[in-house]
Amino acid sequence: MLKRYWLALAALVILSPLGLLADGTAWGEWGGDDLAETLGYIPQGMQNVQDLWAGIFPDYSIRFLGESSLGQSISYIIAAIIGSAMVYGLSLLLTKMIAAKKNSTLSCSNK
Amino acid sequence: MHIPDGYLSPSTCLTLGVVMLPIWYRASAKLKKDLDVKQVPLLSMGAVFCFLIMMFNVPIPNGTTAHAIGATLVAIIFGPWAAVIAMSVALVIQAVVFADGGILAFGANAFNMAFIAPFVGYYVYKFISKNAIPGSTRQLAAGAIAGYAAINCAALAASIEFGIQPLFFTAADGTPLYCPYGLDIAIPAMMVAHLTIAGFIEGIVTAAALKFMAVQPTLMLQSQINKNEEVL
Repeated sequence: MLKRYWLALAALVILSPLGLLADGTAWGEWGGDDLAETLGYIPQGMQNVQDLWAGIFPDYSIRFLGESSLGQSISYIIAAIIGSAMVYGLSLLLTKMIAAKKNSTLSCSNK
Repeated sequence: MHIPDGYLSPSTCLTLGVVMLPIWYRASAKLKKDLDVKQVPLLSMGAVFCFLIMMFNVPIPNGTTAHAIGATLVAIIFGPWAAVIAMSVALVIQAVVFADGGILAFGANAFNMAFIAPFVGYYVYKFISKNAIPGSTRQLAAGAIAGYAAINCAALAASIEFGIQPLFFTAADGTPLYCPYGLDIAIPAMMVAHLTIAGFIEGIVTAAALKFMAVQPTLMLQSQINKNEEVL
């Protein structure tokens, strides 16, 4: 059963570059420079936290793979794989910890 | 819908972060009680599904983009509390690794996408599907409508968070300190994107995945998965 779902997730990874076809940014997710272009200024509070955290692979792109559309697509797929692995790992760790606590603390309340 | 840092005031971020604390606590208590260790891989795949589906940006006619979030499906299959955890995990990785959504704004993003969306999705689904047979038209329609409602409620919450910023937080000279767009701009912009496009995507994705899985979604994870294993 799980194998079927893994294949479906793998298909999503491979198809993910379709998500690059949409030009532009989501509403309210512009960077400071983009906002400065439309507004003429960067709001003060925004400026203060602009460099707080840039991420490891910002915008799901692996920088050295370049800006060509092939490079971007490969980079997006790699980001999808890295991200999926991290989400899976963190979720596994977290939910296992949560579920495991049950066996140690709830054994008396099992029906 | 991933609010970056700088768009919300620190107090807004803090408030929503504090609101999320009891939700996360309750979610983990719920999972501790209901989740069988055997379901951990499947739930984690649900988190991966959410992460991946959010990479599919679609163009919005006003020049912006939007995407489905996948929260509805996970809420239908595993229940809303499990979806809180799965979505939160996906959002953490997005914020930390890919700078998609702010670090300070994490509580706000979690509130919108890991709380509002799964709960709206779950209850709309339950209300419409009743005990529809898995894979039936009624079940798929319920999933689709639930997805549409869920992502739109999340988008509305995000747009309100954006829109109240210039009301409350301005510099001495009156210029906005954070998100410069008020409710009059933020709500229509976000809602047009989600009512016309992203809502349908979330609905279609949810229904398609339900069709693909054709399992009886239920909160009673334990009995359900065991049953599935017997059948297989």
